Amino acid sequence: MQGPEVLLSLNSRGLLAFEHLRLHKDTQAQPDGAEVKESVDGDQQQDEGEKGEDGESDKEEVGLWEETFKSHTDTKPNGPTSISLDFSLPGVEHVYGIPEHADDLKLKTTDGGDPYRLYNLDVFQYELYNPMALYGSIPVMLAHNTQRTMGIFWLNAAETWVDISSNTTGKTVFGKMLDFVQGSSENPQTDVRWISESGIIDVFIMLGPKPSDVFSQYASLTGTQSFPPLASLGYHQCRWNYNDQEDVKSVDQGFDQHDIPYDFIWLDIEHADGKRYFTWDPHKFPQPKEMLQGLMDKKRKMVAIVDPHIRVDSGYKIHNEITSKDFYVKNKDGRNYEGWCWPGNSGYPDFTKPEMRAWWASMFAYDQYEGSMENLFTWNDMNEPSVFNGPEVTMHKDALHGKWEHRDIHNIYGLYVQMATAEGQTRRSGGVERPFVLTRAFFAGSQRYGAVWTGDNAAEWDHLKISIPMCLSLGLVGVSFCGADVGGFFKNPSTELLVRWYQTGAYQPFFRAHAHLDTTRREPWLFGPENTALIREVIRQRYALLPYWYQLLYQAHKTGMPVMRPLWVDYPKDTATFTIDDEFLIGRDLLVHPVTEEGSRGVTAYLPGAGEVWYDVHTFQKHNGAQNLYIPVTLSSIPVFQRGGSIIPRKDRVRRSSTCMENDPYTLYVALSPKKFAEGELYIDDGHSFNYDTKKEFIHRSLTFANNALTSNNLCPNCNFLTSSWIEKVLILGASKPSKVLLKMDGKETPVDFEFDTSMSVLTLRKPGMNAGADWTLLLQ
Amino acid sequence: MTCVHLLLTLVFAVSLGTPVEIQGPRGVPLTKKQFYVENKPFTCLDGSRTIPFDRVNDDYCDCKDGSDEPGTAACPNGSFHCTNAGYRTMFIPSSRINDGICDCCDTTDEYNSGAKCENTCKELGRKEREVLQKMTEITKEGFLLKQHLIEEAKKGHQEKQIKVTDMQENKKQLDEKVEVLRTVKETAEQPEKEAKERHLKAWEEQKAAIRLEKDKAKMAEAFLELDDNADGFVSVSELQSHAELDADADGTLTETEAQGLMGGAEQVDMSTFESVWPNIKDKYHSEVSREEADMSCLVSSEVPFGPHRWLVQLPSEAFYRYVTEKYSCTSYVSSSCSLFPYANPTVLWFTAAQKARDDFEEAEKALREMDDQIRNIEKELSFDFGPDAEFTYLYSQCYELTTGEYIYRLCPFNRVSQKPKYGGSETNLGTWGSWSGPENNKYLLMKYEHGTGCWQGPNRSTTVKLTCGKETVVTSTSEPSRCEYLMEFTTPAVCQEPANTDLSPHDHVEL
Repeated sequence: MQGPEVLLSLNSRGLLAFEHLRLHKDTQAQPDGAEVKESVDGDQQQDEGEKGEDGESDKEEVGLWEETFKSHTDTKPNGPTSISLDFSLPGVEHVYGIPEHADDLKLKTTDGGDPYRLYNLDVFQYELYNPMALYGSIPVMLAHNTQRTMGIFWLNAAETWVDISSNTTGKTVFGKMLDFVQGSSENPQTDVRWISESGIIDVFIMLGPKPSDVFSQYASLTGTQSFPPLASLGYHQCRWNYNDQEDVKSVDQGFDQHDIPYDFIWLDIEHADGKRYFTWDPHKFPQPKEMLQGLMDKKRKMVAIVDPHIRVDSGYKIHNEITSKDFYVKNKDGRNYEGWCWPGNSGYPDFTKPEMRAWWASMFAYDQYEGSMENLFTWNDMNEPSVFNGPEVTMHKDALHGKWEHRDIHNIYGLYVQMATAEGQTRRSGGVERPFVLTRAFFAGSQRYGAVWTGDNAAEWDHLKISIPMCLSLGLVGVSFCGADVGGFFKNPSTELLVRWYQTGAYQPFFRAHAHLDTTRREPWLFGPENTALIREVIRQRYALLPYWYQLLYQAHKTGMPVMRPLWVDYPKDTATFTIDDEFLIGRDLLVHPVTEEGSRGVTAYLPGAGEVWYDVHTFQKHNGAQNLYIPVTLSSIPVFQRGGSIIPRKDRVRRSSTCMENDPYTLYVALSPKKFAEGELYIDDGHSFNYDTKKEFIHRSLTFANNALTSNNLCPNCNFLTSSWIEKVLILGASKPSKVLLKMDGKETPVDFEFDTSMSVLTLRKPGMNAGADWTLLLQ
Repeated sequence: MTCVHLLLTLVFAVSLGTPVEIQGPRGVPLTKKQFYVENKPFTCLDGSRTIPFDRVNDDYCDCKDGSDEPGTAACPNGSFHCTNAGYRTMFIPSSRINDGICDCCDTTDEYNSGAKCENTCKELGRKEREVLQKMTEITKEGFLLKQHLIEEAKKGHQEKQIKVTDMQENKKQLDEKVEVLRTVKETAEQPEKEAKERHLKAWEEQKAAIRLEKDKAKMAEAFLELDDNADGFVSVSELQSHAELDADADGTLTETEAQGLMGGAEQVDMSTFESVWPNIKDKYHSEVSREEADMSCLVSSEVPFGPHRWLVQLPSEAFYRYVTEKYSCTSYVSSSCSLFPYANPTVLWFTAAQKARDDFEEAEKALREMDDQIRNIEKELSFDFGPDAEFTYLYSQCYELTTGEYIYRLCPFNRVSQKPKYGGSETNLGTWGSWSGPENNKYLLMKYEHGTGCWQGPNRSTTVKLTCGKETVVTSTSEPSRCEYLMEFTTPAVCQEPANTDLSPHDHVEL
C-alpha cells in the first residue's frame, strides 16, 4: 500500500492453493505419517486467505497419479503437486512480460480461453497471437499505469500457467471492499493467477515506482544482460547450412564483392561429423582452422552450433566421458534417459549438476575442442530440451536430475546449457575474453549468458510484425540481446519481405539472417542490384550506429535498462504509448517504426513527448512530439527518429567488419531540444575483453550541449583506456548559425570550420579533431 | 596547361632513364591525376564544390562524391586506386584503406594501420601470366577442336537429313506393304470368323440341348421322389410334404396352394407333371443330397487360360485331357464349362488366318520402328545445338563425376542424375529444360528441371555451367540451395576464338 492506496493484494480472490507431496495409496506404508509437507514461502502472502484444496475426497480424479498424453505416460510418483496464487492489481489495466509468446506486447485477458503457458518447447511452425508456450519462459510480469510500474516474479521452473482477467470478474468480498474503500466501483483492476505444476510458492514483488526502478529491482534478483563483444552487435550471416569450407569462403568473398559488412558467419548442425557436436565433418570441413584463420585475416568470426543432445555412440569422446562420469539425465527407473534428436538416439547431459557444467565448460578449451580458435563462438539450439519422440517434443516429466524430477526444473534446463557454454568460452581464454553464446531456450536470468532469438519463425509478414512485441517483451524482463531470424526461418521470403526484414532487424539488438535447409539461397546480393543496394544501405546504418548500440548494451549490463524498449518505458504517463508495439525505442534516443506491411506506401508513427521534438535521422527534418505522424515510404525507407535533447555518437566510416572500424573517428549527432539542450554518452573499450571490468580499461564520457557549448566530461576519472579514435565531425540538428566556433582543449582555443544548412537548421563542425577520450568544449559564438 | 605540364614531366623522367613515378595525391589513378593539382583549389569531380587543395586527402570528407579523399577512408563512397606494378591495377572501396587487411598487392592501402603487408604483385603477376598463358593455349586448342566439332556436326546434320529423306521413302513403301497385308489378313480371317461363329452357335445350341436334357432328368427324378406311394401319380398331399414350395411364405404349403401349383388337379401323372415342373423347379429341394452336383463343371476362373484365348489359340487334345482330369469334368461341356474342340477343317482355316495375321503384324511393327527412328532423328535435328551446332556431339552422350558420396551423371540435352556410390537408387536431378545463360550468350548455362521432388521442397533442378576446355568433363558439382544443383562442365564447344595476341616479343611497334 501507499497511503490509503492499495497497490497490490495477494490472494484477494482466495486462489492460494498447494498440494502436498504424497505417496501413492497403494504403496503407502503409514497412511498419514509419510506425507512430506511442502514449505511455503510465507513472506509475501496473506495466510488468512488460505483455503487450499486440502480436503481430500476419497474419490480420486483421473490423472492424479498417472497421466497419459498421446503415447506417453507420466508416472507422477508424488501425485499432484501444483501450487497457485492470485494477485490483484487495482488501478492497473496494462500488464506485460511473461515471455515467450508470439503475441502482442500488452497481455490479453485470458477469460474464456487458455491461460498464457510457460513451458519451454520446441514448437514446429508456431502460431501467432496465441498464448501457447514457446522455447523459453520468464515468469516475470510487469504492471503499469500512469502512476507506477510494478513487477511480479514468480520464481518457479516447473510448467506454469498465468491467467489474466479484468476487474469485473471473480471479485471476492475483500475485492469489493477495496472498491468501497477507494470510493469507486469503476476503478480498473487486473487480476492475475499463477499456477505451477510443482515446487514452492516463491514470489518477488518489484514495487517500482518508475519503470527503471523495476528493471534495477529485477536485475538485483537475476542479474543484468551480459556485456557482449562489440562484434556480436554487428551483422550475422547464418543458414542451415553453409555446405562446406568452399561455401563459407565464397559467401565471405560475396560480402566483400558487394561491399556489405558482416562480422559472423554461422554453421548449423550439418558442420559436425554425424551431428557429434565439438567435431567437424571430415569431408565438408576438413581444415576448420584454415577456414577460421581465413576469417580472422578479414577480422571476422564464426559461430558453430553445439546442441545439448549427445549422440549415443561408443566411438564419440563426449558421449563416453559423460557416460563414465555418469552425467546423463536419468529416466524414472534410474537408467540413462535416451531420446531421439538430430543425431538419432541421444543422451541429455544433466546441466543442473555443477560438476557436469564445469566439465562441459572444459570441453571448449582449445586443446579439447579440436579445430576451434579464438574467433569461434557457440550457438545452443534445441535446449528446451528438444526430444523428438518425447511428450510435446520434450523430456518426460518423470525423468530424473539427481533427486529432482524433470518436471521441477524443466524451464531452467536451457539456461544451464547456455551458462555452461558461456563459462567454457570464458575459461578457454583464461577468463580474459568475453563469451558470445546464442540460446533458444531461456529462463529468468538467461540474460547473464548471452543472446536469445525468437526461434523458428517463418518468412511471412506477420512473423516480421511479431518480432517487435516478442523482443520488447523479452527486454522488459531483462533479456535485452534479442533478435528474430531475418528473412524468416521456414519458407522463402518475397524480395520485398526480405528487404523490409533487414530494415527491421538492423534496428533490433541481435541482427542475424537465418534460413531453413529447404529454402533457396538468400545471401543479400541474390536479389538484383537494387535490392542488394537496399540491404547494403541498412546494414551500413547498423554499423554506423554500433557505438550507440554498444553503449546501450553497457548501460543494460550496468543497470538492467532494456536496450529495445516499448515507448511507455520512457513516457510512462502517456497512455497513448501503452499498447504500441509496432514501433519502439532503442535506448531513450532513437525511435524506430519499421515498415511491416506488404506494399506499404506510408506508416503512421506516434512521436511521444508533449513539447519535445524528433528529428528524422535521414533528412534531419524536425517533427513535434505527441503526434501521430504520417510518413510516406518507399522500399528504401526505414522511419527512424532521434530525440531532440540527445547526442548519439556514430562511426560513419563503415568497413567490412566492426573490428576493422575499431580506430575510426566518431561523428557526434547532437539533436537539440526546443530549449537548445542535448546530452548523451560515449563508451569505448577494447570491444572484446573483460578488462573493462577487471582493469577498468574503458572510456566513459558524458556529452552535454547547453548554453551553446558542447562539452565532453569524464564519467570515470579513475578509468584508463587509450583510443586512437577522434571526433571527425559534429552535426548539430536544430541549431542556429554561429558567427564562429572555438574548440577549447588543454587551455587553448582554436577555431573550428563549420557549415550551416539553413533549410534544415543543421550546423556541421568540420574536423574538430580531438581525441575521443579527451576533455574538451566546443563553443558556438 | 595541365596536360602540357604532365607531358613535360613525363618526357623529362623518361629522358633521364629513371623509373616513371608521378607524384600526386595518394589513391588517384593516372587517368584522373590531371584534376588534382598541387596548391590549386580542388573541384570535386562531380563539380559540387571547390575546396582548398590542403583539404584533399586530409582525412575529412568534403565532396559528396568522395573525390577529395582518394587516399583516405574518410568518404563512405570513395575509392582508392592501387597501381600494383607488376600485376593489375585496381580500385578498392575507401573503407579498405588502413583497415588492417592487405588488399592491394603493392601494400599501398595499408600505409598507416600497422598491418604487415608484403608486396606480392610480382608473384601474382607471374601467376596470372601463367594462368593466362595456359588459358590462351587451352582456348586456342579448344577453339580448333570446336572447328572440328562444327565440321562434324555439319556433316552429321547433312547425313541425318539424307537419312531421314531415305527413311521417309522407305516408309512409304512400308505403308503400302502394310495396306496389302491388311487386305490379305482380312480376307483370310473371313472364313475363320464364320467358322468361329458357326462353332459358337453350335456350341450354344448344344449347351441348350444338354440343359434341357438335364432338366428333364431332374424332373423325372423329382417325380419319382414325390410319388411316395409309387402309384405313378403325384398327389396334392404328396406335394404338400415339400414345404419349401410354399408360395405365400407362411411356412406351410396348404392343400389349396399345392392344388394351385398342380394346375387345379388332384393328382398328376408323369406327362402332366411336365407342366407342373416349371412352377416348382426353382424352389424344389431334392430329398437326396447332391453336393457333388456341379463338380463336373469347370469354373472359368479356374481354367489356366482365359476363355477368350481359347478362341484364337487352339487347345490340344492333351490339354483337354489335362483339364478334364484335373477338374473331374464329366464332359467338355456344362453350363459354365468352356468350348468343346473345333473340328479339323476349321483348324486349317485358322492356321491360314494366323499366318496372314503374323505377316501383317510384322510389317506393321517394322513401320512403327521406322516411324520411331524418323521421329528420333527429327527430334535430334530440332535441338538447339548452338549457333554452329557445336554442341551436337554431346547429344546421346553421358559424362560422370564421382565425389565422396555420389556418382553424378550428366547426359546433355537429356537429364542429370545422382547415384550413391555405395548402392542405392538413382535420383533424377532434372531433365533437359533450356539454354539459360545471359542474354549475350545463352549457351554458357544449361538448365535441367523437374527432377525428383524434394521432401517439403521443390523439384530438383540443375544448372550446368559451361567453360572452355580441351576435354569434355564434369569438373565439379555442388548444391548451393537445397535441391538446386550446380554442375561445372568443360567443353571445347564454348571456346571463343582467341584474340590475336602474339606472345612473342616485338622489336618494334608498327606505326
